[in-house]
Amino acid sequence: MLTLSRLFVAAALAAACVSTPALASKKDNTIRFAYDQVPENVDPYFNNVRIGVIIGQHVWDTLIYRDPKTNEYKGQLATSWKWVDDKTLEFELRHGVKFHNGEEFDADDVVYTLNFVSDPANKSTTPANVNWIEKAEKIDKYKVRIHTKQPFPAAIEYLAGPVVIHPNEYYAKVGPKGMNEKPVGSGPYRVTEHAIGKYIRLERNPDYFKDSPKGQPKIDKIEIRFIPDRQTQVAEVLSGGVDMIMNVPFDQAEQMKAAPNVKVVSGETMRIAFLHFDILDNTPQPALKDIRVRKAISHAIDRESMVKQIVGAGSRVLNTQCFPSQFGCTDEGAPRYNYDPAKSKALLAEAGFPNGFDVDLYAYRERNQTEAIIGYLRAVGIRANLRFMQYAAMRDAARQGKAPILHQTWGSFSVNDVSASTPVYFKFAPDDITRDAEVRDLLQKGDSNIDPNVRKEAYKKALALIAEKAYSLPLYSLTTYYVATKDLDFVAYADEMPRFWEMTYK
Amino acid sequence: MLTYTAKRIGLALLVALAVSALAFLALRASGDVAIALAGEGARAEDIENIRKIYGLDRPLVVQYVEWLWNMLRGDFGQSLYFKTDVLSLVLDKLPTTLYLALFSLIFSLAISVPLGVLAAVYPNSWIDRTCLTLAVVGQAMPNFFFALILVMVLAVWFHLLPVSGSETWAHFVMPTIALGYYVAPPFMRLVRAGMIEVLASDYVRTARAKGLSAASIIGKHALRNALVPIVALAAVQLGYLLGGSVVIETIFALDGLGYLAFTSITHLDIPVTQSIVALLSFVYVGLTLAADLANAWLDPRIRVG
Repeated sequence: MLTLSRLFVAAALAAACVSTPALASKKDNTIRFAYDQVPENVDPYFNNVRIGVIIGQHVWDTLIYRDPKTNEYKGQLATSWKWVDDKTLEFELRHGVKFHNGEEFDADDVVYTLNFVSDPANKSTTPANVNWIEKAEKIDKYKVRIHTKQPFPAAIEYLAGPVVIHPNEYYAKVGPKGMNEKPVGSGPYRVTEHAIGKYIRLERNPDYFKDSPKGQPKIDKIEIRFIPDRQTQVAEVLSGGVDMIMNVPFDQAEQMKAAPNVKVVSGETMRIAFLHFDILDNTPQPALKDIRVRKAISHAIDRESMVKQIVGAGSRVLNTQCFPSQFGCTDEGAPRYNYDPAKSKALLAEAGFPNGFDVDLYAYRERNQTEAIIGYLRAVGIRANLRFMQYAAMRDAARQGKAPILHQTWGSFSVNDVSASTPVYFKFAPDDITRDAEVRDLLQKGDSNIDPNVRKEAYKKALALIAEKAYSLPLYSLTTYYVATKDLDFVAYADEMPRFWEMTYK
Repeated sequence: MLTYTAKRIGLALLVALAVSALAFLALRASGDVAIALAGEGARAEDIENIRKIYGLDRPLVVQYVEWLWNMLRGDFGQSLYFKTDVLSLVLDKLPTTLYLALFSLIFSLAISVPLGVLAAVYPNSWIDRTCLTLAVVGQAMPNFFFALILVMVLAVWFHLLPVSGSETWAHFVMPTIALGYYVAPPFMRLVRAGMIEVLASDYVRTARAKGLSAASIIGKHALRNALVPIVALAAVQLGYLLGGSVVIETIFALDGLGYLAFTSITHLDIPVTQSIVALLSFVYVGLTLAADLANAWLDPRIRVG
């Protein structure tokens, strides 16, 4: 299939070179964007797909905004905030903001939305984004408090990300289902039509509040279409049927650089790749319980070459299991496992495996990268057998203790804080297949202390310990490729969020 | 005839029941629905909770019987992914797929009947060889590959048609061609074989002897007789068209039943996938039954055997 898709791109490119499509979008100041997955509901609390996050940030606003360039927090629907105590955040709200249906924004909207979505009875699809909220409380018309269940310093990051504010009267009337059919928010774009499963059309919100840190939107209209097939998306962008696509595979994107009417932009993302080892008592491969074997694997893989040759521009090798921009992420004090097959073989021999061993390697995406890893392992004598499957099936196998080595990736839901990343795999959570109590306690300290310096120190120790014990091998950050019509100006951010409100045509 | 009909209907019901049980079991074996529903990053207690809410912790037999019973009463359940009624979801997408199947069938007959006749009238000539080549290519080439070639030529190269979507009639042209060509070869072969046989028969010789024009002989006398088996084949091919629509609709982002099947399979949306599989297999069983009964009615020898 890979060769076939390559062939297709090559042929389509040859075709595109002889004819240039009309640039209707530029004239209409419209962006037509295609994505492969259909969100089950565009209400941001009721889907867990990337396109849901993208639509969410255009149609709705959050209390706080994180500037993607500086990672600095700015007030959006809130003008200021402070921690009253370990578990209480207080917000001053912005005056004069209106929702798309004319409803005025005030404390009632914040209180209703947060209490509704954090109530387990309402079955939010992304419980991890809201289950830290104990309750929201109105102080006066423009002042609210949010009480957290435990001390939760990452709250600011969540409130600047997935936690959007709905208009309370409308939401109380229509619920998540009605919100999906006719979405209403206060964001830079309002929904004109949502043909469920086909497309969603947005237009510029002319009354968008002046001081928004997002700025005033410049593009008039946005059409987001759902096209499941990758080749079809490529054909659309080459024929001028859509103006932008994302998550284009590395090899196709490299090929498309030759097309005259499109440009290819790549950027690093917050998604990291790593090898995770099952070292629990019932592991299918007991050899992994020996630290020398895990170190041997770590020295066997040439991550630098992989980054250069198959991962793509923007990627970097990681030494600890988190994304470098995340609060608390550092590789200070963590060992470096350089590429050294001879050392790897020596370590294996020392551990009693001079002839290597057989092991199953579970993976679910970027199969070519997994295959490269298998090649490196084979070179030192470890015969890895690829078990490639859907994400849910792989995670199931890991949780049941059937997967000795996993080629994992984690995107942290774009939350710029280590609490959304490392603890998922090391805090005795269901995906923890190493279970080190010392690591757990350090992570717990980092997750729940309000003092940033205490947090940083705890995370630093935890990350170094994980690396020292080689519980996992952090590989590299992944990249994403955007292919867009040549005249469209945009920036590829690490959080995989195209910000249409910033884009312009040349 | 009555016993035969009763037997056939009974058999069809058994087949339908077996298919529904197989579909149910195969889908359950394909993955853990609760984990899929919970999504990336869910905790163990979220998953357990979901298992309870959706009744996924009960024995499979209980779940199957409940599903079958509900379906017989017209209750297809709720989509796990879209959180809406499965029946309304399916009915909403059905027209697009029916249009596509109908257009494709018409297109496929429109190319295969004339080509089959031509091949039969000039057997073993270059015309026959060309038709044979077209049939072999159509049979051998995967439909998604042909679809991509169409996209490349008609949309990327010449900008004649939109690549994907289902808003206007123009969006249906390439899917119709891709799907229609995919089912055309059996029609072509059957028309050719039927025509060759009929053209060699006595009554055609008589017609020729009477001095009738070639057009009248082929069109009026021969083709009519050669077309009889085509009708039976069309019923079977309609089943292939519905199956092929999964691939074609996904490629062209046509918002029909096939696309819905693809979406629900990728999200492990079992109630929707089950209903589509059941619905399509019932249609297939129904069409086969109708063809059997029609044939038996036409030809008494079948009833006895």
